[in-house]
Amino acid sequence: MLCDICKKNPATVHLTEIIDEQMNELHLCEDCARHKSAAMEQQFGLSELLAGMADFEKPDKVEENVAAKCPNCGLTYADFKKVGRLGCGECYNIFRKYLAPLLKRIHGSSQHVGKAPLEGRVISKPGKKKTDSEELKQQLQKAIQREDFEEAARLRDQIKKISSGQDNI
Amino acid sequence: MNISDLLNHTSEWLKGTGPNSDIVISSRIRLARNLAKYPFPHWANKVQLEEVLLKASQAMTKTDMLKRSTLFRLADLDAIDKQFLIERHLMSIEHSQKTEQKAVLVDDEEIISVMINEEDHLRIQLMQSGFNLFESWNIINRLDDALSGLLNYAYLDDFGYLTACPTNTGTGMRGSVMLHLPALVMSRQIERVLAAIAKLSFTTRGLYGEGTQASGNFFQISNQVSLGHGENEIIENINGLIRQIIEQETQARQILLSKNREVLEDRVNRSLGILKSARIITSQETIELLSMVRLGSDLGMIKDIDRRTINELFITTQPAHLQKLENKKLSSDERDLKRAQLIRKKLNLL
Repeated sequence: MLCDICKKNPATVHLTEIIDEQMNELHLCEDCARHKSAAMEQQFGLSELLAGMADFEKPDKVEENVAAKCPNCGLTYADFKKVGRLGCGECYNIFRKYLAPLLKRIHGSSQHVGKAPLEGRVISKPGKKKTDSEELKQQLQKAIQREDFEEAARLRDQIKKISSGQDNI
Repeated sequence: MNISDLLNHTSEWLKGTGPNSDIVISSRIRLARNLAKYPFPHWANKVQLEEVLLKASQAMTKTDMLKRSTLFRLADLDAIDKQFLIERHLMSIEHSQKTEQKAVLVDDEEIISVMINEEDHLRIQLMQSGFNLFESWNIINRLDDALSGLLNYAYLDDFGYLTACPTNTGTGMRGSVMLHLPALVMSRQIERVLAAIAKLSFTTRGLYGEGTQASGNFFQISNQVSLGHGENEIIENINGLIRQIIEQETQARQILLSKNREVLEDRVNRSLGILKSARIITSQETIELLSMVRLGSDLGMIKDIDRRTINELFITTQPAHLQKLENKKLSSDERDLKRAQLIRKKLNLL
């Protein structure tokens, strides 16, 4: 299907607007979708959507996140937020902290249970045992889910305290 | 094998055989795999992509299951050839763009295809006709095992197979089933069914995958979640859903038959009539009419046209197929003429 606006490129963005119970479908190519409205741009990219999900967990750590860089491929977390794609397999190790909750939001789980490569070759073993702050973050997630914001704020401050002395990634 | 050889051959998925092939056109499984250390295609430079292409093609050459297959570099193909492969579901639309360092491997039976340097380094696909996901999984699983012994896959114990987009992480697996649901569409139940599918975190797409709309009553249904469930479990979930949809479509067909038989027969035979006599016909109209003829054939209203002939027409009337058959570039108007000619020839011969 071609884009409703330029009629040239394949439509990859499918937009359903509901205004006063009137449903309107728009099929746009990425370029036209971008141009259509700068303000809407953020909603379009999967990247922003994913990044938005990622930010949910730590609203006040965004600034620190984005500069983190994968030593294998050079992709920064900011790049990931822009393009919505990781740079290489190593990125999963480097951005593990941010990706685990993100994967959980996408798939409902961050633990693989399927097959493994025949040779069992892995680029590296997953991280060591859960640190205190990781445990706290899980508690924080749960507190947010049950809308216990007082508890959430307490946990957030505690996590902040622990991680302020640590390397960001 | 060269691309034109495929013209004389019916893709396995079009044969119209296999379980439930009155409603299920085809079953497809694809696995996303990447090589450790190498940047994913969108983030890699040309030298790295060239190395990935070399490693992948060397590994595939050594794999018994791929002995009878051909690797096409996309840079060597013209626009019609690329479109031709898309129409045969051997590669994605995305793969046909920015073609440097991209390739696609196709086995002689057209059951297996492997896209190299698409969104991930490897996109391995297995496609068969009918409702056959487990069988497809067993074959692709063996192929994947063989390749994983030759290539160092990017994999972590906790996250599974690592993919460029986090929506594919884990199993890297997408199982899709292509369904023909004319009765659910005609009885206006399809919206309800599609809404239920979306709620269960499955995706519905059109004939040509991502970004395409459903047409001719064809719907492709696939899993969204790839992490946290094993491959067998994911397939079982899809199968459970598909079985329900098959049942609903079967019921809707029975109701149409018992309550509106004349109307249905009229629509089926008018559709066949137009196909047998039209002089100019677009591909959209062709798909819609063929869909009705296929339904008529499934319900025994049309006896002299088999499913395979109808299935083949769905593909051979597509733009690139027509141009390959004529062996020259055709304008849209010329194609509409040639298309009508081809359909008349096929259907009136029978």
